[in-house]
Amino acid sequence: MEQIRKQYKKILSDYIGNQSESDLYIGQNFIKRMIQKNVTPEEVISIHKHALEEIYDDIPESVLHGYDFLIEVMVHFGLKVQEHQSLLAKQEELRIEMDIAAKIQNLLLETEIPKPRSIDIGMLSIPLRKMNGDYVHFMHDDERYLSVAVTDVVGKGVPAALCMSMVKYGLDTLEYANSNPSYVLEVLNKIIEKSIDDSMFVSLCYGRYNLKTNVFTWSSAGHEPSLYYKASDQAFYDLEAKGLLLGIMPEAKYTQQDIELEDNDFVILMTDGVTDFRNREEFDSREIIKGIALENRHLSAQEMCEAIYEEMKKLHDFKLEDDFTAVIIKK
Amino acid sequence: MREARTVEIVTELDIVTARKLGRDEAKEIGFNDVDQSRITTAIGELAKNILLYARVGKIVIEEIEGDSMKGIAISSIDKGQGIAEVHKVLEDDYSSASTGAGLPAVKRLVDSIDIQSEVGKGTTVKVVKWLK
Repeated sequence: MEQIRKQYKKILSDYIGNQSESDLYIGQNFIKRMIQKNVTPEEVISIHKHALEEIYDDIPESVLHGYDFLIEVMVHFGLKVQEHQSLLAKQEELRIEMDIAAKIQNLLLETEIPKPRSIDIGMLSIPLRKMNGDYVHFMHDDERYLSVAVTDVVGKGVPAALCMSMVKYGLDTLEYANSNPSYVLEVLNKIIEKSIDDSMFVSLCYGRYNLKTNVFTWSSAGHEPSLYYKASDQAFYDLEAKGLLLGIMPEAKYTQQDIELEDNDFVILMTDGVTDFRNREEFDSREIIKGIALENRHLSAQEMCEAIYEEMKKLHDFKLEDDFTAVIIKK
Repeated sequence: MREARTVEIVTELDIVTARKLGRDEAKEIGFNDVDQSRITTAIGELAKNILLYARVGKIVIEEIEGDSMKGIAISSIDKGQGIAEVHKVLEDDYSSASTGAGLPAVKRLVDSIDIQSEVGKGTTVKVVKWLK
Protein backbone atom coordinates (compact mmCIF):
# COMPACT_ATOMS: atom_id res chain seq x y z
CA MET A 1 0.00 0.00 0.00
CA GLU A 2 2.80 2.39 0.91
CA GLN A 3 4.37 1.81 -2.47
CA ILE A 4 1.11 2.50 -4.24
CA ARG A 5 0.79 5.76 -2.34
CA LYS A 6 4.28 6.82 -3.39
CA GLN A 7 3.79 5.91 -7.02
CA TYR A 8 0.42 7.63 -7.14
CA LYS A 9 1.88 10.78 -5.66
CA LYS A 10 4.68 10.74 -8.23
CA ILE A 11 2.30 10.35 -11.18
CA LEU A 12 -0.05 12.99 -9.79
CA SER A 13 2.68 15.56 -9.18
CA ASP A 14 4.14 14.89 -12.64
CA TYR A 15 0.77 15.61 -14.12
CA ILE A 16 0.17 18.73 -12.08
CA GLY A 17 3.62 19.94 -13.19
CA ASN A 18 3.13 19.71 -16.94
CA GLN A 19 -0.39 18.40 -17.63
CA SER A 20 0.86 16.03 -20.29
CA GLU A 21 -1.25 13.41 -21.95
CA SER A 22 1.36 10.78 -21.23
CA ASP A 23 0.96 11.27 -17.47
CA LEU A 24 -2.78 10.82 -17.80
CA TYR A 25 -2.12 7.63 -19.71
CA ILE A 26 0.28 6.42 -17.03
CA GLY A 27 -2.37 7.27 -14.42
CA GLN A 28 -4.98 5.17 -16.17
CA ASN A 29 -2.63 2.23 -16.42
CA PHE A 30 -1.76 2.66 -12.77
CA ILE A 31 -5.40 2.38 -11.69
CA LYS A 32 -5.51 -1.03 -13.35
CA ARG A 33 -2.74 -2.14 -11.02
CA MET A 34 -4.63 -0.71 -8.08
CA ILE A 35 -7.72 -2.67 -9.06
CA GLN A 36 -5.61 -5.81 -9.24
CA LYS A 37 -4.38 -5.14 -5.74
CA ASN A 38 -8.01 -4.78 -4.60
CA VAL A 39 -7.66 -1.11 -3.78
CA THR A 40 -11.22 0.13 -3.27
CA PRO A 41 -12.65 3.41 -4.66
CA GLU A 42 -12.67 5.08 -1.24
CA GLU A 43 -9.04 4.15 -0.75
CA VAL A 44 -8.17 5.72 -4.11
CA ILE A 45 -9.71 8.98 -2.93
CA SER A 46 -7.87 8.78 0.36
CA ILE A 47 -4.61 8.15 -1.50
CA HIS A 48 -5.36 11.15 -3.70
CA LYS A 49 -6.17 13.36 -0.76
CA HIS A 50 -2.96 12.48 1.09
CA ALA A 51 -0.87 12.86 -2.05
CA LEU A 52 -2.26 16.37 -2.54
CA GLU A 53 -1.58 17.19 1.10
CA GLU A 54 2.03 16.13 0.64
CA ILE A 55 2.51 17.97 -2.62
CA TYR A 56 1.02 21.22 -1.30
CA ASP A 57 1.17 22.48 2.25
CA ASP A 58 -1.35 25.23 1.70
CA ILE A 59 -4.49 23.30 0.80
CA PRO A 60 -7.48 24.94 2.48
CA GLU A 61 -9.10 22.85 5.22
CA SER A 62 -12.42 23.19 3.42
CA VAL A 63 -11.07 21.30 0.39
CA LEU A 64 -9.76 18.51 2.62
CA HIS A 65 -13.17 18.26 4.30
CA GLY A 66 -14.59 17.96 0.83
CA TYR A 67 -12.37 14.94 0.28
CA ASP A 68 -13.47 13.43 3.57
CA PHE A 69 -17.03 13.74 2.38
CA LEU A 70 -16.15 12.02 -0.88
CA ILE A 71 -14.40 9.17 0.98
CA GLU A 72 -17.51 8.70 3.09
CA VAL A 73 -19.91 8.49 0.18
CA MET A 74 -17.58 6.30 -1.84
CA VAL A 75 -17.56 3.60 0.85
CA HIS A 76 -20.86 2.36 -0.55
CA PHE A 77 -19.44 2.46 -4.04
CA GLY A 78 -16.62 0.26 -2.85
CA LEU A 79 -19.08 -2.15 -1.31
CA LYS A 80 -20.93 -2.42 -4.60
CA VAL A 81 -17.69 -3.13 -6.42
CA GLN A 82 -16.83 -5.90 -3.98
CA GLU A 83 -20.31 -7.35 -4.23
CA HIS A 84 -19.97 -7.34 -7.98
CA GLN A 85 -16.66 -9.14 -7.80
CA SER A 86 -18.05 -11.78 -5.51
CA LEU A 87 -21.04 -12.32 -7.78
CA LEU A 88 -18.70 -12.68 -10.75
CA ALA A 89 -16.82 -15.39 -8.90
CA LYS A 90 -20.09 -17.13 -8.13
CA GLN A 91 -21.14 -16.87 -11.75
CA GLU A 92 -17.92 -18.52 -12.79
CA GLU A 93 -18.66 -21.41 -10.41
CA LEU A 94 -22.09 -21.80 -11.98
CA ARG A 95 -20.61 -21.75 -15.45
CA ILE A 96 -18.28 -24.59 -14.57
CA GLU A 97 -21.17 -26.55 -13.09
CA MET A 98 -23.21 -25.98 -16.23
CA ASP A 99 -20.38 -27.26 -18.39
CA ILE A 100 -20.25 -30.43 -16.35
CA ALA A 101 -24.03 -30.80 -16.48
CA ALA A 102 -23.99 -30.37 -20.25
CA LYS A 103 -21.32 -33.04 -20.57
CA ILE A 104 -23.35 -35.43 -18.44
CA GLN A 105 -26.43 -34.68 -20.50
CA ASN A 106 -24.57 -35.43 -23.69
CA LEU A 107 -23.51 -38.77 -22.28
CA LEU A 108 -27.00 -39.59 -21.05
CA LEU A 109 -28.75 -38.64 -24.22
CA GLU A 110 -26.24 -40.04 -26.63
CA THR A 111 -27.97 -41.96 -29.36
CA GLU A 112 -26.39 -43.89 -32.14
CA ILE A 113 -27.72 -43.35 -35.63
CA PRO A 114 -28.64 -46.82 -36.92
CA LYS A 115 -27.26 -47.85 -40.27
CA PRO A 116 -29.59 -50.43 -41.79
CA ARG A 117 -28.83 -51.52 -45.32
CA SER A 118 -32.08 -50.54 -46.98
CA ILE A 119 -32.44 -46.95 -45.81
CA ASP A 120 -30.25 -43.94 -45.17
CA ILE A 121 -30.65 -42.04 -41.91
CA GLY A 122 -29.27 -38.65 -40.96
CA MET A 123 -29.60 -36.68 -37.73
CA LEU A 124 -28.48 -33.31 -36.45
CA SER A 125 -29.33 -31.80 -33.06
CA ILE A 126 -27.75 -28.49 -32.08
CA PRO A 127 -28.57 -26.93 -28.72
CA LEU A 128 -29.07 -23.19 -28.52
CA ARG A 129 -27.50 -22.94 -25.08
CA LYS A 130 -25.36 -25.49 -23.33
CA MET A 131 -28.17 -27.85 -22.49
CA ASN A 132 -30.29 -29.33 -25.25
CA GLY A 133 -34.10 -29.21 -24.97
CA ASP A 134 -34.43 -31.45 -28.02
CA TYR A 135 -33.73 -35.11 -28.05
CA VAL A 136 -33.58 -37.85 -30.65
CA HIS A 137 -33.87 -41.47 -29.64
CA PHE A 138 -33.29 -44.34 -32.07
CA MET A 139 -34.11 -47.98 -31.52
CA HIS A 140 -33.07 -50.69 -33.87
CA ASP A 141 -33.22 -53.97 -32.09
CA ASP A 142 -34.13 -56.45 -34.75
CA GLU A 143 -33.91 -56.91 -38.45
CA ARG A 144 -37.42 -55.77 -39.03
CA TYR A 145 -38.12 -52.55 -37.19
CA LEU A 146 -36.35 -49.33 -36.58
CA SER A 147 -37.90 -46.53 -34.60
CA VAL A 148 -37.13 -42.92 -33.95
CA ALA A 149 -38.47 -40.39 -31.47
CA VAL A 150 -37.92 -36.67 -31.97
CA THR A 151 -38.68 -34.73 -28.84
CA ASP A 152 -38.88 -31.10 -27.87
CA VAL A 153 -39.45 -29.89 -24.34
CA VAL A 154 -41.33 -26.62 -24.21
CA GLY A 155 -38.81 -24.48 -22.39
CA LYS A 156 -35.06 -24.35 -22.58
CA GLY A 157 -32.00 -24.78 -20.47
CA VAL A 158 -31.65 -26.81 -17.31
CA PRO A 159 -35.35 -27.47 -16.57
CA ALA A 160 -35.87 -28.75 -20.10
CA ALA A 161 -32.79 -30.91 -19.83
CA LEU A 162 -33.94 -32.51 -16.58
CA CYS A 163 -37.31 -33.20 -18.10
CA MET A 164 -35.64 -34.69 -21.14
CA SER A 165 -33.80 -37.27 -19.06
CA MET A 166 -37.19 -38.52 -17.96
CA VAL A 167 -38.43 -38.84 -21.52
CA LYS A 168 -35.31 -40.78 -22.35
CA TYR A 169 -35.87 -43.28 -19.55
CA GLY A 170 -39.53 -43.55 -20.52
CA LEU A 171 -38.45 -44.47 -24.04
CA ASP A 172 -35.81 -46.85 -22.70
CA THR A 173 -38.36 -48.76 -20.67
CA LEU A 174 -40.48 -49.29 -23.78
CA GLU A 175 -37.51 -51.16 -25.06
CA TYR A 176 -38.67 -52.62 -28.34
CA ALA A 177 -38.61 -50.90 -31.68
CA ASN A 178 -41.68 -52.79 -32.80
CA SER A 179 -44.09 -51.08 -30.38
CA ASN A 180 -46.96 -49.23 -31.97
CA PRO A 181 -46.25 -45.48 -32.11
CA SER A 182 -49.67 -44.60 -30.66
CA TYR A 183 -49.05 -46.97 -27.75
CA VAL A 184 -45.62 -45.46 -27.10
CA LEU A 185 -47.11 -41.98 -26.91
CA GLU A 186 -49.87 -43.06 -24.55
CA VAL A 187 -47.40 -44.65 -22.15
CA LEU A 188 -45.00 -41.69 -22.27
CA ASN A 189 -47.89 -39.30 -21.75
CA LYS A 190 -48.86 -41.06 -18.53
CA ILE A 191 -45.29 -41.05 -17.23
CA ILE A 192 -44.78 -37.40 -18.02
CA GLU A 193 -48.17 -36.26 -16.77
CA LYS A 194 -47.43 -37.84 -13.39
CA SER A 195 -43.89 -36.65 -13.02
CA ILE A 196 -43.53 -33.10 -14.20
CA ASP A 197 -45.13 -29.90 -13.12
CA ASP A 198 -47.90 -28.23 -15.05
CA SER A 199 -45.74 -25.62 -16.68
CA MET A 200 -43.82 -28.14 -18.72
CA PHE A 201 -44.91 -29.89 -21.87
CA VAL A 202 -43.24 -32.18 -24.28
CA SER A 203 -43.93 -32.53 -27.96
CA LEU A 204 -42.88 -35.75 -29.54
CA CYS A 205 -43.04 -37.35 -32.93
CA TYR A 206 -42.58 -41.08 -32.98
CA GLY A 207 -41.97 -43.02 -36.16
CA ARG A 208 -41.50 -46.71 -36.76
CA TYR A 209 -40.02 -48.00 -39.96
CA ASN A 210 -40.63 -51.51 -41.15
CA LEU A 211 -37.47 -52.48 -42.97
CA LYS A 212 -39.17 -55.41 -44.69
CA THR A 213 -42.21 -53.62 -46.08
CA ASN A 214 -40.87 -50.01 -46.09
CA VAL A 215 -43.95 -48.86 -44.24
CA PHE A 216 -43.37 -45.84 -42.04
CA THR A 217 -45.87 -45.57 -39.21
CA TRP A 218 -45.99 -42.37 -37.23
CA SER A 219 -47.79 -40.77 -34.38
CA SER A 220 -47.40 -37.29 -32.99
CA ALA A 221 -48.05 -35.46 -29.75
CA GLY A 222 -48.36 -31.80 -30.60
CA HIS A 223 -45.20 -31.96 -32.66
CA GLU A 224 -44.18 -30.05 -35.75
CA PRO A 225 -45.59 -32.08 -38.69
CA SER A 226 -42.97 -34.08 -40.52
CA LEU A 227 -42.38 -33.52 -44.22
CA TYR A 228 -42.77 -36.43 -46.60
CA TYR A 229 -41.34 -36.22 -50.09
CA LYS A 230 -42.86 -38.61 -52.59
CA ALA A 231 -40.49 -38.86 -55.51
CA SER A 232 -43.07 -40.33 -57.92
CA ASP A 233 -45.33 -37.29 -57.36
CA GLN A 234 -42.38 -34.89 -57.10
CA ALA A 235 -44.29 -33.36 -54.22
CA PHE A 236 -44.14 -32.85 -50.47
CA TYR A 237 -46.87 -33.85 -48.04
CA ASP A 238 -47.28 -32.84 -44.41
CA LEU A 239 -47.53 -35.78 -42.06
CA GLU A 240 -50.21 -34.23 -39.91
CA ALA A 241 -51.47 -35.88 -36.75
CA LYS A 242 -53.79 -34.54 -34.13
CA GLY A 243 -52.40 -35.44 -30.76
CA LEU A 244 -52.18 -33.44 -27.57
CA LEU A 245 -48.77 -32.46 -26.17
CA LEU A 246 -47.46 -34.98 -23.66
CA GLY A 247 -48.06 -34.19 -20.01
CA ILE A 248 -51.40 -32.39 -20.27
CA MET A 249 -54.08 -35.04 -19.88
CA PRO A 250 -53.43 -38.48 -18.40
CA GLU A 251 -56.01 -40.20 -20.64
CA ALA A 252 -55.00 -38.60 -23.93
CA LYS A 253 -55.30 -40.89 -26.93
CA TYR A 254 -53.05 -40.90 -29.95
CA THR A 255 -53.65 -42.16 -33.45
CA GLN A 256 -51.13 -43.51 -35.92
CA GLN A 257 -50.90 -43.53 -39.67
CA ASP A 258 -48.89 -45.33 -42.33
CA ILE A 259 -47.11 -44.38 -45.51
CA GLU A 260 -45.09 -46.62 -47.76
CA LEU A 261 -41.74 -45.28 -48.80
CA GLU A 262 -40.50 -45.93 -52.32
CA ASP A 263 -37.09 -45.31 -53.82
CA ASN A 264 -35.90 -41.70 -53.44
CA ASP A 265 -38.71 -40.84 -51.03
CA PHE A 266 -37.70 -39.24 -47.78
CA VAL A 267 -39.22 -38.06 -44.50
CA ILE A 268 -37.94 -35.09 -42.51
CA LEU A 269 -38.74 -35.11 -38.81
CA MET A 270 -37.88 -31.90 -37.00
CA THR A 271 -38.51 -29.74 -33.99
CA ASP A 272 -40.08 -26.30 -34.20
CA GLY A 273 -36.61 -24.83 -33.72
CA VAL A 274 -36.11 -25.67 -37.40
CA THR A 275 -39.23 -23.94 -38.66
CA ASP A 276 -39.64 -21.11 -36.19
CA PHE A 277 -38.95 -17.62 -37.45
CA ARG A 278 -40.08 -15.63 -34.49
CA ASN A 279 -39.66 -12.18 -35.92
CA ARG A 280 -39.96 -12.94 -39.60
CA GLU A 281 -43.59 -13.63 -40.35
CA GLU A 282 -43.01 -13.15 -44.05
CA PHE A 283 -41.01 -16.38 -44.25
CA ASP A 284 -42.87 -19.57 -44.98
CA SER A 285 -40.22 -21.67 -43.32
CA ARG A 286 -41.67 -25.03 -44.27
CA GLU A 287 -41.55 -23.99 -47.93
CA ILE A 288 -37.95 -22.90 -47.46
CA ILE A 289 -37.04 -26.25 -45.93
CA LYS A 290 -38.75 -28.07 -48.78
CA GLY A 291 -36.69 -26.03 -51.22
CA ILE A 292 -33.42 -26.78 -49.46
CA ALA A 293 -34.26 -30.48 -49.17
CA LEU A 294 -35.23 -30.72 -52.82
CA GLU A 295 -32.06 -29.02 -53.94
CA ASN A 296 -29.94 -31.37 -51.86
CA ARG A 297 -31.87 -34.61 -52.30
CA HIS A 298 -28.97 -36.21 -54.16
CA LEU A 299 -26.87 -35.96 -50.98
CA SER A 300 -26.86 -38.43 -48.07
CA ALA A 301 -29.47 -38.00 -45.36
CA GLN A 302 -26.81 -36.71 -42.98
CA GLU A 303 -25.54 -34.18 -45.50
CA MET A 304 -29.11 -33.04 -46.12
CA CYS A 305 -29.61 -32.36 -42.41
CA GLU A 306 -26.42 -30.36 -42.37
CA ALA A 307 -27.42 -28.42 -45.48
CA ILE A 308 -30.75 -27.48 -43.89
CA TYR A 309 -28.98 -26.36 -40.73
CA GLU A 310 -26.47 -24.24 -42.62
CA GLU A 311 -29.12 -22.59 -44.78
CA MET A 312 -31.46 -21.88 -41.86
CA LYS A 313 -28.58 -20.45 -39.88
CA LYS A 314 -27.85 -18.07 -42.74
CA LEU A 315 -31.50 -17.02 -42.94
CA HIS A 316 -31.45 -16.28 -39.21
CA ASP A 317 -28.34 -14.15 -39.62
CA PHE A 318 -26.48 -16.88 -37.72
CA LYS A 319 -28.55 -16.36 -34.60
CA LEU A 320 -30.90 -19.31 -34.18
CA GLU A 321 -33.41 -18.79 -31.39
CA ASP A 322 -34.14 -22.37 -30.42
CA ASP A 323 -32.58 -25.79 -30.23
CA PHE A 324 -32.37 -27.22 -33.75
CA THR A 325 -33.07 -30.85 -34.49
CA ALA A 326 -33.73 -32.62 -37.78
CA VAL A 327 -33.85 -36.30 -38.69
CA ILE A 328 -34.05 -37.51 -42.27
CA ILE A 329 -35.02 -41.00 -43.30
CA LYS A 330 -34.35 -41.66 -46.93
CA LYS A 331 -35.21 -44.67 -49.02
CA MET B 1 -9.02 1.95 27.81
CA ARG B 2 -12.34 3.69 27.73
CA GLU B 3 -15.61 2.14 28.75
CA ALA B 4 -18.08 0.71 26.29
CA ARG B 5 -20.64 3.21 25.13
CA THR B 6 -24.20 2.43 24.27
CA VAL B 7 -26.68 4.16 22.00
CA GLU B 8 -30.33 3.16 22.12
CA ILE B 9 -31.75 2.96 18.62
CA VAL B 10 -35.35 4.11 18.51
CA THR B 11 -35.54 6.64 15.71
CA GLU B 12 -33.52 7.44 12.63
CA LEU B 13 -31.78 10.26 14.48
CA ASP B 14 -30.22 7.66 16.76
CA ILE B 15 -28.45 6.19 13.76
CA VAL B 16 -26.61 9.46 13.37
CA THR B 17 -25.77 9.57 17.06
CA ALA B 18 -24.35 6.04 16.92
CA ARG B 19 -22.36 6.87 13.81
CA LYS B 20 -20.90 9.97 15.43
CA LEU B 21 -19.93 8.08 18.54
CA GLY B 22 -18.34 5.33 16.46
CA ARG B 23 -16.41 7.75 14.31
CA ASP B 24 -15.01 9.59 17.32
CA GLU B 25 -14.05 6.31 18.95
CA ALA B 26 -12.40 5.05 15.76
CA LYS B 27 -10.44 8.27 15.39
CA GLU B 28 -9.39 8.09 19.01
CA ILE B 29 -8.11 4.54 18.60
CA GLY B 30 -6.08 5.70 15.62
CA PHE B 31 -7.92 4.41 12.53
CA ASN B 32 -7.19 6.28 9.30
CA ASP B 33 -9.80 8.25 7.37
CA VAL B 34 -10.93 5.39 5.16
CA ASP B 35 -11.28 2.96 8.06
CA GLN B 36 -13.12 5.57 10.06
CA SER B 37 -15.63 5.82 7.23
CA ARG B 38 -15.92 2.05 7.03
CA ILE B 39 -16.50 1.62 10.74
CA THR B 40 -19.07 4.40 10.67
CA THR B 41 -20.80 2.87 7.68
CA ALA B 42 -20.94 -0.51 9.40
CA ILE B 43 -22.49 1.09 12.48
CA GLY B 44 -25.00 2.89 10.29
CA GLU B 45 -26.02 -0.34 8.53
CA LEU B 46 -26.36 -2.25 11.79
CA ALA B 47 -28.44 0.51 13.33
CA LYS B 48 -30.61 0.70 10.24
CA ASN B 49 -31.24 -3.04 10.43
CA ILE B 50 -32.40 -2.61 14.02
CA LEU B 51 -34.95 0.00 12.94
CA LEU B 52 -36.07 -2.04 9.93
CA TYR B 53 -36.43 -5.45 11.52
CA ALA B 54 -36.64 -5.04 15.29
CA ARG B 55 -37.94 -1.47 15.61
CA VAL B 56 -35.80 -0.85 18.71
CA GLY B 57 -32.45 -2.04 20.02
CA LYS B 58 -29.03 -0.75 20.91
CA ILE B 59 -25.56 -0.30 19.52
CA VAL B 60 -22.61 -0.86 21.84
CA ILE B 61 -19.23 0.51 20.83
CA GLU B 62 -16.03 -0.41 22.64
CA GLU B 63 -12.31 -0.33 22.25
CA ILE B 64 -10.72 -3.76 22.44
CA GLU B 65 -7.22 -5.12 22.78
CA GLY B 66 -5.84 -8.30 21.27
CA ASP B 67 -2.34 -9.69 20.86
CA SER B 68 -0.47 -6.40 20.75
CA MET B 69 -3.30 -4.98 18.66
CA LYS B 70 -5.96 -2.44 19.27
CA GLY B 71 -9.33 -2.53 17.67
CA ILE B 72 -12.95 -1.59 17.85
CA ALA B 73 -15.92 -3.83 18.53
CA ILE B 74 -19.48 -2.89 17.67
CA SER B 75 -22.43 -4.89 18.88
CA SER B 76 -25.95 -4.52 17.66
CA ILE B 77 -28.44 -5.98 20.10
CA ASP B 78 -32.17 -6.27 19.58
CA LYS B 79 -35.12 -8.30 20.80
CA GLY B 80 -36.77 -8.50 17.39
CA GLN B 81 -37.99 -11.38 15.27
CA GLY B 82 -34.57 -12.98 14.91
CA ILE B 83 -33.00 -14.54 11.82
CA ALA B 84 -33.96 -18.08 10.87
CA GLU B 85 -31.11 -18.84 8.52
CA VAL B 86 -28.09 -16.96 9.74
CA HIS B 87 -25.66 -18.37 7.16
CA LYS B 88 -27.85 -17.10 4.35
CA VAL B 89 -27.98 -13.45 5.38
CA LEU B 90 -24.26 -13.19 4.75
CA GLU B 91 -24.59 -14.21 1.11
CA ASP B 92 -24.63 -11.56 -1.60
CA ASP B 93 -27.66 -12.91 -3.36
CA TYR B 94 -29.73 -13.03 -0.18
CA SER B 95 -32.68 -10.90 -1.09
CA SER B 96 -34.42 -8.87 1.51
CA ALA B 97 -37.04 -6.22 1.22
CA SER B 98 -34.73 -3.54 2.51
CA THR B 99 -32.71 -1.20 0.40
CA GLY B 100 -29.83 -1.21 2.85
CA ALA B 101 -26.42 -2.59 2.01
CA GLY B 102 -27.14 -5.47 4.38
CA LEU B 103 -25.00 -7.79 6.40
CA PRO B 104 -22.77 -8.99 3.53
CA ALA B 105 -21.63 -5.37 3.17
CA VAL B 106 -21.08 -5.00 6.90
CA LYS B 107 -18.97 -8.14 6.82
CA ARG B 108 -16.76 -6.61 4.12
CA LEU B 109 -16.24 -3.43 6.12
CA VAL B 110 -14.83 -5.19 9.17
CA ASP B 111 -12.46 -8.03 10.05
CA SER B 112 -14.90 -10.40 11.69
CA ILE B 113 -18.61 -10.74 12.21
CA ASP B 114 -20.49 -12.94 14.64
CA ILE B 115 -24.25 -13.37 14.55
CA GLN B 116 -26.22 -14.89 17.39
CA SER B 117 -29.90 -15.11 16.71
CA GLU B 118 -32.93 -16.93 17.95
CA VAL B 119 -36.21 -16.73 16.09
CA GLY B 120 -38.72 -14.76 18.10
CA LYS B 121 -36.17 -13.68 20.67
CA GLY B 122 -33.79 -11.34 18.94
CA THR B 123 -30.43 -10.93 17.33
CA THR B 124 -26.96 -9.89 18.40
CA VAL B 125 -24.44 -9.00 15.74
CA LYS B 126 -20.90 -8.30 16.88
CA VAL B 127 -18.30 -6.99 14.48
CA VAL B 128 -14.64 -6.32 15.10
CA LYS B 129 -12.12 -4.27 13.21
CA TRP B 130 -8.44 -4.27 14.13
CA LEU B 131 -6.06 -1.40 13.77
CA LYS B 132 -3.27 -2.54 11.48
